Amino acid sequence: MTYFWAFTVGGLICVIGQIMFDVFKLTPGHTLSTLVVVGAILDGFGLYEPLIDFAGAGATVPITSFGNSLVHGAMQEAEKHGLVGVLTGMFEVTSSGISAAIIFGMLGALIFKPKG
Amino acid sequence: MGGVIMLAGHRTWIFEQKPVIISTGTVGGPFEADGAISKDFDLLHADLWLGQDSYEKAHKVYFEEACQKAMEKGEIQKEQVQFLLAGDLINQITPTSFASRTIGAPYFGLFGACSTSMEGLALGAYIINTKGAKYILTGASSHNTAVEKQFRYPTEYGGQKPPTAQWTVTGAGTALLSDSGDGPSVTSATIGRVIDMGLTDPFNMGGAMAPAAVDTIEAHLTERNIDPSYYDLIVTGDLGQIGREVSLDLFKKHGTSISEEQYQDCGLMIYRKGQPVLAGASGAGCSATVVYGHLLNRMKKGEFKRMLVVATGALLSPLSFQQNETIPCIAHAVSIEYGGEQSL
Amino acid sequence: MSNNQKKQLTPVQQEYQELQKQREIKRPVVKNCIKAFLIGGLICLFGQLIQDFYIYYFDFTEQTAGNPTVGTLIFITMLLTGFGVYDRIAQFGGAGTAVPVTGFGNAVISPAIEHRAEGFVLGVGGNLFKLAGAVILFGVFSAFVIALIKTILIRWGGL
Repeated sequence: MTYFWAFTVGGLICVIGQIMFDVFKLTPGHTLSTLVVVGAILDGFGLYEPLIDFAGAGATVPITSFGNSLVHGAMQEAEKHGLVGVLTGMFEVTSSGISAAIIFGMLGALIFKPKG
Repeated sequence: MGGVIMLAGHRTWIFEQKPVIISTGTVGGPFEADGAISKDFDLLHADLWLGQDSYEKAHKVYFEEACQKAMEKGEIQKEQVQFLLAGDLINQITPTSFASRTIGAPYFGLFGACSTSMEGLALGAYIINTKGAKYILTGASSHNTAVEKQFRYPTEYGGQKPPTAQWTVTGAGTALLSDSGDGPSVTSATIGRVIDMGLTDPFNMGGAMAPAAVDTIEAHLTERNIDPSYYDLIVTGDLGQIGREVSLDLFKKHGTSISEEQYQDCGLMIYRKGQPVLAGASGAGCSATVVYGHLLNRMKKGEFKRMLVVATGALLSPLSFQQNETIPCIAHAVSIEYGGEQSL
Repeated sequence: MSNNQKKQLTPVQQEYQELQKQREIKRPVVKNCIKAFLIGGLICLFGQLIQDFYIYYFDFTEQTAGNPTVGTLIFITMLLTGFGVYDRIAQFGGAGTAVPVTGFGNAVISPAIEHRAEGFVLGVGGNLFKLAGAVILFGVFSAFVIALIKTILIRWGGL
């Protein structure tokens, strides 16, 4: 059942993105930045984790989960260390996405030539 | 001193001495080789790199080859070229400037975006007509991935292009002009004004450029004091499907009687149906390769006698778009005639 | 691209834009949304399979399996981007490829590959985040603001 919801919720978040592209004529940069902020806000209200429980990868794979992870990391540290934790904890939960992108970006540049 | 130029109206030159296009050179890339007019290219390449290690360097090689072809076919040495007038879309027109380092001729670098080809032809014809030169080499070029890298997104980026977008031609077209010889002659030119209708979408340049084309064409007809029917063909550079249709609407609105058959667009000629080019082809190389190859070939075969080429350019930059600027455009018109009665 | 400027258009400009709109090929919004739904859904479904694979065959839990899943998806994105296939899938899938983390990966990997011509330091390094930087900036900054507000409310607002 999780598979069904992973597909559907993930698909729906993408549809929201597509509407931002085609109806509001936003660039991918604007659209994805907005979705990240939305993810962060939803976690602020404690709404994103339940979505992850419900839809699994349908909620963790879209870029919205990046916003969620950042807030989560910040809140975890803040609970332990107060306001400073907001700064120190931010990338605790989420580093794999950025590290992977940088590492594979470099590998890509080493191995590949653009094709057009 | 010979070569009296008539300034007709405000911005039209009449070239009484009829500078001749004695030869041309056209080079295309893989997409163009697969296109509708591949037979009219002097040289076609199967890849975008030409053994170079960047797109911009390959871009330079495309243009160099087009220059060399034109000189070869015109049977002159590069030392005989008085002036080279050319440009491209890349920042600081480095591909053209670096190519002209190889060619070695005294050089005027031009920037008119995709209208550069006719900007160069107009100026070149003027210089020949006033006996300011014996041989002039002029042209324009573009390179699909170099342009995408600069203006839009990295080549492998997954950005979805809307149906109004156009495909930048990888190609270079050049013409060798002289005061005498056999070939089509340049008879007049009308210089464009920058026209801005407040459009902002860099993925819909045809719509932005159409008013500039209409403005220049109508000025040309008025100032040269001729009817649109004087021309067998009025061909724009790269308005694409949308720009062409809108300009036909504008002509109708203004009462300018230009027919659909007469009014063509290079951007709609170069590729065949089935190639994923959305609204049509674009790029400084688009008008240059189509006019200096395909259209002049048809003219020399006698298919038509009088053609008005209107190259259209969108004068934006990636930065201007980020600063929320609109897209100002320009169009330069040059008339080319071969055989038959020529009006002055 | 949305035009939010307050610049006044002259009547001539307004008239032309009305005319132009009629000829402008409209984006097939519904078709694009369906394609985005399918492709985005498939990528997320595939992510779910990868995640379950890591949970059952390796030592990961529901909480921690997200990290290698994301890493795997970005690795696959690197291959697709490098072989020149990703942009073609993306032209079809639109937001379906851009919104999942694959879009983020592609936004970092594609300029890296492209700007190698300018060298690894200035080219690759200098351009690595030219597309993805906005997401990181706004993600981090909004998370900062939200976590700050929440922490203050919890500590002193009795939340």
